[in-house]
Amino acid sequence: MAKQYVCKVCGYVHTGDKAPDVCPQCQQTNCFEEKKTKRFSTDSNVYTIVYATVIVIIVAVLLSLVHSVLKPMHDENERLDTQKQILVALNQDITQGNPSQLYADIVKEDSILINGEKKVYYIATLDNTQKLVVPLKGQGLWGAIWGYVALDEDKNTIFGINFGHEGETPGLGGEIVTENFRRRFFGKHIKDAEGNLRSVAVLKEGKKAPEGQDQVDAWAGATITSTGVNDMLYNSLNQYKAILGEE
Amino acid sequence: MALAQKTKEAFLGPLNVNNPVLVQILGICSALAVTVQLKPALVMGISVTIIVALSNVVISLIRKSIPMRIRIIVQLVVVAALVTIVSEILKAFAYDVAMQLSVYIGLIITNCILMGRLEAFAMTNNVKDSLLDGLGNGFGYAIILVIVAFVRELLGSGKLLGFQIIPDSWYVANGGCYENCGMMLMPAMALILVGCVIWAHRSINEEKK
Repeated sequence: MAKQYVCKVCGYVHTGDKAPDVCPQCQQTNCFEEKKTKRFSTDSNVYTIVYATVIVIIVAVLLSLVHSVLKPMHDENERLDTQKQILVALNQDITQGNPSQLYADIVKEDSILINGEKKVYYIATLDNTQKLVVPLKGQGLWGAIWGYVALDEDKNTIFGINFGHEGETPGLGGEIVTENFRRRFFGKHIKDAEGNLRSVAVLKEGKKAPEGQDQVDAWAGATITSTGVNDMLYNSLNQYKAILGEE
Repeated sequence: MALAQKTKEAFLGPLNVNNPVLVQILGICSALAVTVQLKPALVMGISVTIIVALSNVVISLIRKSIPMRIRIIVQLVVVAALVTIVSEILKAFAYDVAMQLSVYIGLIITNCILMGRLEAFAMTNNVKDSLLDGLGNGFGYAIILVIVAFVRELLGSGKLLGFQIIPDSWYVANGGCYENCGMMLMPAMALILVGCVIWAHRSINEEKK
């Protein structure tokens, strides 16, 4: 690229490889100096865009690296957490002893194929009776809610239940995990007298469920989360119709 | 100490006279959410300290290269990356606590203390001072969390770090005359306690002047 030379006296700009000896405009000698290209600026658009791109790429690589290194530990923790949730649904005390051992002793995992999809459920042996544990999945107000419901041998009476949530409002929807709420389900029936699967309705105090369906009170102030629990129970139990032995 | 006055100030200031929570009233929202028990408060305090110190260092290192127009975005990206890493590490090594803190770890990103320190200090100071400033502010924040959580857990559930402190026999249910203060478990109590700490802090500092 050709350099630019500016005359210090009159400001004449000469473009070329070398400064002319005499300025063609003001006739001065030795008056040219090289025009400096503008100092590199951190405010230019190109720099800003390149900078942002580089930063984002570095961060993305870093984060995926960290995630893939820690993934096995996350999975292990999640597996243990699932075991604990199932044990709580079975009304087992998980604060004492080794929950993992207890789980291995009493719970067996099983699965069936429904419409080509593998559905996992669990069978637990407690005091020589078999409990059927069905996983629940649904939507609360802010995110996913889930749970496990343990049924007695008649595949009808709820023996225990446990809920979890991603980020329901603390003090309102978040209270579905408390024993106070879980206890409301104990002993309820998921089928009507004819043996049809009806699930358990979660209703505001004062409302009545249709004839033949058991109901529990919703958590006051958490209407949408409670409706979510209601729908979750209904939908999830229906997916497992085949093993619930509906007559 | 041989440290320059400014360096000393960067670390010690936020611990007392320039405490981010007590004087600048920053980061109150998380102080309210995680202080029901001592353990999550400790973990939160440590996490914030680590993140504010590291992000201060990173921003201070690259402060001359950051384009001014997107400096806040760059700061956010750095903080968000660090928060995500800390959250991943917590999930791997302290799963229960991570679950308990749930969204609040992620919300460190929006903790005003971090943005405040990055913008006000790290952008214009060298790495060493920035590190100390970050540590000082982190500790300053953690101290308040721990004080509030200590009172709330002790009076609210009679425990500290999950261990029963108030003897069982004191409780009304067991024939005693003591009952846990349910109010302490309410979020509002965190604000009232922070208010009390600010009161004490200001009246002590007032006397010194």
